Amino acid sequence: MNKLGQTPSQTVGPYFAYGLTPEQYKFDHKSLATPVLLDANKNTQDLIILRGKVYDLHGEAVDDAMIEIWQVDQKGEFQTKPHQGFFSIGRMGTGTLEGNWFEFTTCIPAAEKSGQAPAIHMIVFMRGLLSHVYTRVYFEDFKELNQEDPYLKLVAEERRNTLIAKKVQESPVAIYEFNLHMQGEKETVFFDY
Amino acid sequence: MDTTQNQRDWTSHPPLIAPGYKSTIFRGPSQNLITVPELMKPSSGPIFGLESVAPLDHDLTKNGIKNGEPLGERIVVSGRVLNQHGQPLKNTLIEVWQANAAGRYVHKRDQHHAPLDPNFFGAGRCVTNEEGIFKFYTIKPGAYPWGNHPNAWRPNHIHFSVFGPNIGTRLVTQMYFPGDPLLDYDPIYLAVPEKARERLISTFDLSLTEEGFALGYQFDIVLRGHHSTPFENE
Ligand SMILES: [Fe+3]
Repeated sequence: MNKLGQTPSQTVGPYFAYGLTPEQYKFDHKSLATPVLLDANKNTQDLIILRGKVYDLHGEAVDDAMIEIWQVDQKGEFQTKPHQGFFSIGRMGTGTLEGNWFEFTTCIPAAEKSGQAPAIHMIVFMRGLLSHVYTRVYFEDFKELNQEDPYLKLVAEERRNTLIAKKVQESPVAIYEFNLHMQGEKETVFFDY
Repeated sequence: MDTTQNQRDWTSHPPLIAPGYKSTIFRGPSQNLITVPELMKPSSGPIFGLESVAPLDHDLTKNGIKNGEPLGERIVVSGRVLNQHGQPLKNTLIEVWQANAAGRYVHKRDQHHAPLDPNFFGAGRCVTNEEGIFKFYTIKPGAYPWGNHPNAWRPNHIHFSVFGPNIGTRLVTQMYFPGDPLLDYDPIYLAVPEKARERLISTFDLSLTEEGFALGYQFDIVLRGHHSTPFENE
């Protein structure tokens, strides 16, 4: 059977905000996904902040990227309906926080399958990126699991650290930092799913 | 089982660095993407359904009204979301955003000195039905200038963001209009491999056209197939 050709990707462009992240950018339109995946008021799961910047070749922090994260909850389930205060997709543009940060309120997910380390899927969209790219956010606390993770094992050892979020604050809330480098010496590893 | 059906087909998608589109030179990854073996691909993901959509979300001719009708040519855009086997994908969320008829975005960063339309917002969303069909009403977007090169203008386009059944089917694209002379000069469109470009151009469809109200354009979207779709387990 002849397969149909895939519809080609195109850049999200510089003006995605009022369509895809309207509440964050203060447009009068409801957001489907926000930077808050975990609602601390309705939730018993362990809240973390995941933040970072997106750097271009020149080391400039990009101010018009859109980061999407997809993850399971601490029980290993995708939640797409408000359920115990957790939603499995987060979105944030880098154009509203000073310094061009993205910053998600979420939890460390369960490992999706046995043998894997906990990881958050991250999709990067921006002006100047014609096809989105996928990466995976691991956490430095899980040294042993990370060592055995089948995705990390696909990556040359010297580049694996580009996929590990660093814990920069312990309390009152744990903050993890995960910076993306689109190019250059520290170029982040991106996967082709 | 066809084990290649999951792949992003790079003979259909634009490369990560396409020098004609200048900012790709600094922003597109330069190293090869790490290929994930078939069995390791994430196969589940969140599904969005009708509950994600508000009543006027699919009608951009109405959802921004403040004190009158938006200016410009009303159009209706409809099509099917399919996998590569031609099977309809139901419950697929589509988000759209676009410039107004004068080529101006509501976005605060858009400084193009074309008029804003107080009655047009330019963003909406819809979900495919059981047959994979979506439909929304809007105003035909205008062309607008950009800074990529001297006298650079984007062809008329509507931005689309599409969720399929899993993370691999995620797609952000742009729909263009037939016969647009600017397509021949647009590095974003031209970055797509030649054989796949026409998939981004909608077709005028008189049968979709609503008498006395709006011109109809058809735009089908094909997402990557996946082995977890029911069909392939048959
Ligand atoms: Fe645009």
